[in-house]
Amino acid sequence: MTPFDYARAGDVADALRMGAIEGTAFLGGGTNLVDLMRETVARPARLIDVSGLSDRIEETPDGGLRIGAGVRNTALAEHAAVRSRYPVLARAILAGASAQIRNMATVGGNLLQRTRCTYFYDTDGSRCNKRVVGSGCDARGGFNRIHAVLGASDACVATHPSDMCVALAALDAVVQVEGPAGARAIAFDAFHRLPGDRPDLDTILAPGELIVAVELPANPLAAHSTYRKVRDRASYAFALISVAAALSIEEGRIADVRIAFGGVAHKPWRAVKAEAALKGQVPDDALFRAAAAAEFADAQPLRDNGFKPLLAQRTLAAVLGELTTGAAA
Amino acid sequence: MSIIDSAKQTAQGLVMGALQKLVPLAPDSWIPGGVPDPLIARKHGLIGTPVSRLDGPLKVSGGAAFSAEYRFENMAYAALAYATIARGRVTAIDSAAAEAAPGVVLVMTHRNAPRMKTPAMFGTSGSAVGPDTVPILQDDKVHWNGQPIACVLAETQEQADHAASLLRFTYAELPAVTALAAAKAKGVEQGLFMGQPLRNEIGDAEAALAAAPHKVDRRYTTPRHNHNPIEPHAATLAWIDGVLVIHDASQMVAQQAQTMAEVFGLKADKVRLTSPYVGGGFGSKGLWEHQVIAAAAAKLAGRPVRIALSREGVYRVVGGRTLTEQRVAIGAAADGRFTALIHTGLSVMTPHNAMPEPFILGTRSAYAVPNIALNVDVARMQTLANTFMRAPGEAVGTFALESAIDELAGELNIDPVELRIRNEPDKDPTSGLPFSSRHIVTAWRQGAERFGWRDRPETATRREGEWRIGMGCATGTYPYYRMPGAKARLTLTRDGDAVRASVEVAAAEMGMGTGTTTAIVAAERLGLPLDRVEVGYGDSAIPGAIMAGGSQQTAAIGAAVIAAHNALTAKLLKLAGNDSPLAGLSAKEVGSDSGGLASLDDPAQRESYASILKRAGRDSIEVTEAGSPPLEFMHWSMHSHSALFCEVGVNDVTGEVRVRRFLGSFDCGRILNPRTAASQFRGGIVMGLGMALMEETQFDERSGRIMNPSLAEYHVPVHLDVPEIDVIWTDIPDPHTPMGAHGIGEIGITGVAAAVANAVHNATGRRIRDLPITLDKLL
Repeated sequence: MTPFDYARAGDVADALRMGAIEGTAFLGGGTNLVDLMRETVARPARLIDVSGLSDRIEETPDGGLRIGAGVRNTALAEHAAVRSRYPVLARAILAGASAQIRNMATVGGNLLQRTRCTYFYDTDGSRCNKRVVGSGCDARGGFNRIHAVLGASDACVATHPSDMCVALAALDAVVQVEGPAGARAIAFDAFHRLPGDRPDLDTILAPGELIVAVELPANPLAAHSTYRKVRDRASYAFALISVAAALSIEEGRIADVRIAFGGVAHKPWRAVKAEAALKGQVPDDALFRAAAAAEFADAQPLRDNGFKPLLAQRTLAAVLGELTTGAAA
Repeated sequence: MSIIDSAKQTAQGLVMGALQKLVPLAPDSWIPGGVPDPLIARKHGLIGTPVSRLDGPLKVSGGAAFSAEYRFENMAYAALAYATIARGRVTAIDSAAAEAAPGVVLVMTHRNAPRMKTPAMFGTSGSAVGPDTVPILQDDKVHWNGQPIACVLAETQEQADHAASLLRFTYAELPAVTALAAAKAKGVEQGLFMGQPLRNEIGDAEAALAAAPHKVDRRYTTPRHNHNPIEPHAATLAWIDGVLVIHDASQMVAQQAQTMAEVFGLKADKVRLTSPYVGGGFGSKGLWEHQVIAAAAAKLAGRPVRIALSREGVYRVVGGRTLTEQRVAIGAAADGRFTALIHTGLSVMTPHNAMPEPFILGTRSAYAVPNIALNVDVARMQTLANTFMRAPGEAVGTFALESAIDELAGELNIDPVELRIRNEPDKDPTSGLPFSSRHIVTAWRQGAERFGWRDRPETATRREGEWRIGMGCATGTYPYYRMPGAKARLTLTRDGDAVRASVEVAAAEMGMGTGTTTAIVAAERLGLPLDRVEVGYGDSAIPGAIMAGGSQQTAAIGAAVIAAHNALTAKLLKLAGNDSPLAGLSAKEVGSDSGGLASLDDPAQRESYASILKRAGRDSIEVTEAGSPPLEFMHWSMHSHSALFCEVGVNDVTGEVRVRRFLGSFDCGRILNPRTAASQFRGGIVMGLGMALMEETQFDERSGRIMNPSLAEYHVPVHLDVPEIDVIWTDIPDPHTPMGAHGIGEIGITGVAAAVANAVHNATGRRIRDLPITLDKLL
């Protein structure tokens, strides 16, 4: 670990002032950033601890929820309104990490998790464009079982590791940000980037910008939602494929649907093609598979992850089948 | 039964009971026609009673000091830098930034390291335990990607780690063999294990296979595995008045001290190595480069040093299990009797070590078959030296063999349990020796009954929702060993009208309960309560050399304690003299009981240890004796066995495998401490589940670099992956071993992967022959 200074922000203005200095990183629960510092992947000169700035979950005037960036993952997953109105979010959080990590991890920090690509972590022995732009990518021709099949670039085939973010992508969440240039609201699907030739940039956050909250819009659909994660062991493993989905049925047809995939791309993957293929249709297994096939038509599998499109298709079909059964009941 | 008969039996029982309380001396060797250890006949003593680990309270309260918790005055902390090429030379080292970093004491590389001998490689002599033939920081050569090439000492661990990250190396790379195909293309050689060829040929197996009406002929592969004991490897050491004092985490205490002495050109008594607590070993807690580097750095700096490897460091410095490619072919008659058994294949090691994965060892004694061909070839790759990992050979060999038997059972439409029993040998099929104790059929019958094997579904027929359910079974096996060199020091010390006993053995306790079991056995032999016996271990100052390896430590200790007990008894009788009620009795005519010695013929003729010592004006009496040479396996084929049963669910949507329940039915001689034994068995099975379903070292064939040196990315089972594991045992003593016991440390892992794979096949109809069984292979 590289030596660093540490300070605690008293409020957002305080954080923004201290965060404006180059080499500063904001610290949430530290469950990912501190690991990256230990591995010398991240070398901030100073940390501004923002974990105490907001741990509130509040109702918004339009019937949604505003979740402070400092809310711990466990608190969010256990919140009664989240469990009843956004079950997909509670389930996604509980599918991630371990109880101890969820007790520490914050909502803001969860959005800024970095990839688990092992070449990204190997600072001494491997090339990685996400770590050092232009150095090359050893994952493309190496171990890439957990890597992307959608939206990757020549420079980077990494995936985003968060479970919670997959649910937020399906829920049309909005990321509330404050920064040197003022406050702005970012649609969740626009918050994370595809790698292109700048895989070092995971999000569109500008330097010094701080996530202050995540807002969940009101959506009756969300109450009928779920999350399913497929992984290599029963707990404490990152998703090979995950699906967040919400669905409503009217008069025997799919009235509305939201789908996002985890484990397939550099960002939580909102499945707009699959959604379009489903809307207005009579739900059945063949339709679900066709919808998944549409989403993965352009998939570009690597050496070790050729199973992902099929696994995603099967998992989506199972999830939608379950939601359909529930919706009809 | 008449009342008279019943009364007679009761009376006989009382007499036998009185006699059984006395423990006569045990034989000190096990030969045909010899007598078994009298402890075998003792049914109601400490042996067989569940005893919690005696050091448990100390461990859970944090009072047990592990190697990285020792402290010396003025101690510096070490961090290593590792090579990032597989083969070549270090041509330049930029250490300026590291040397200028805060708290740095020194940077040691091959340029300034003290001159040292290369540790003699394991097996080259009785005490040699070096990992390989690579000189440690003595030249600029790089032999594997990850080899330590520099060491930083600093005032704190954080400062050392930071400075190590600032070191920059320039290399001249040489061509390296880091791909399996390239290694095979360079040619293979005969595999040797402990100097003996891994090869057996009996009859003409290929011809018998060709002629067999039923057969399977399959290829199985297993990947590299890395060691992940919960305690990463560490040592805290100091040079004190010419003595190198090492607090290490070791499963070969005396041997490591001896090898370290040779490395630094010291007399053996100038290295003192202690290792009272070890957080898991599994074959990995031996001598690797880190202890040598730390001792050299301590010498160079003139300061004590602590070196604690990071988890990544363990992957770079401590070898694991190497990969295998195995062929198993079995020919059988229509009744299921085997006519041919071929188990051959390839293992990989390095140019600088001599440790193939000996996957045919278990096959040698497994089944009655007239035509046998076994062989292990070896290819060499530029990697960290691979090493022992729980049941080297059997762990992966049983995966191939026991999967193939399941496949054959399917071909023959014979129940796989019955097929195994039908091929049970009456003598060792390769050595021709009689078995010392083999009750595997009993284990199969008891296990099948308890598990409900009769309810096994037809292949791919049982479903519960999305889950396909199946049951599988397999045999596990591991040999009984007893290594030479063990000694025991027994001391009786007077404590008022009673005595305290101390038993000291140069053994290693890695958490499995060796200290507790040794106390149980010694208390039983001496006729003392458990709380009057103290066990010393994990210290090179104790005489003898015992290794916690090969599942043989308890037998080695047992034989040494027998020898010491015999000597002690003789010495006590001499001391007792003519004024003792025991006067005139020889050692063979007395037994130990209730804190003293008594005549075997007349238990009332007795004297307590305390009385003997008191009358002789002695506070204590001490003997040190070596166990007899281990000749028993010249006369018998000696093995532990298990019958394993597994039920899995395989998700029909995702291919995920979940083990739902597991039963291990063990035949391992007499079980000395059921509590710690059950943990050993269960722990082995858990490790086997990891091997079956998830463990895999990601070795990048382009660079020769391990890419998942982390418990986040190298998967071992978490709690949710481990179902209820039931363990039972036959508890039938082996009359030809100390205490009637067999080793139990490694058998647990053997056969498990096959039991899982066979259950997966029963559930799905899919046969996975390549470990681990990950979901993509089942989609």
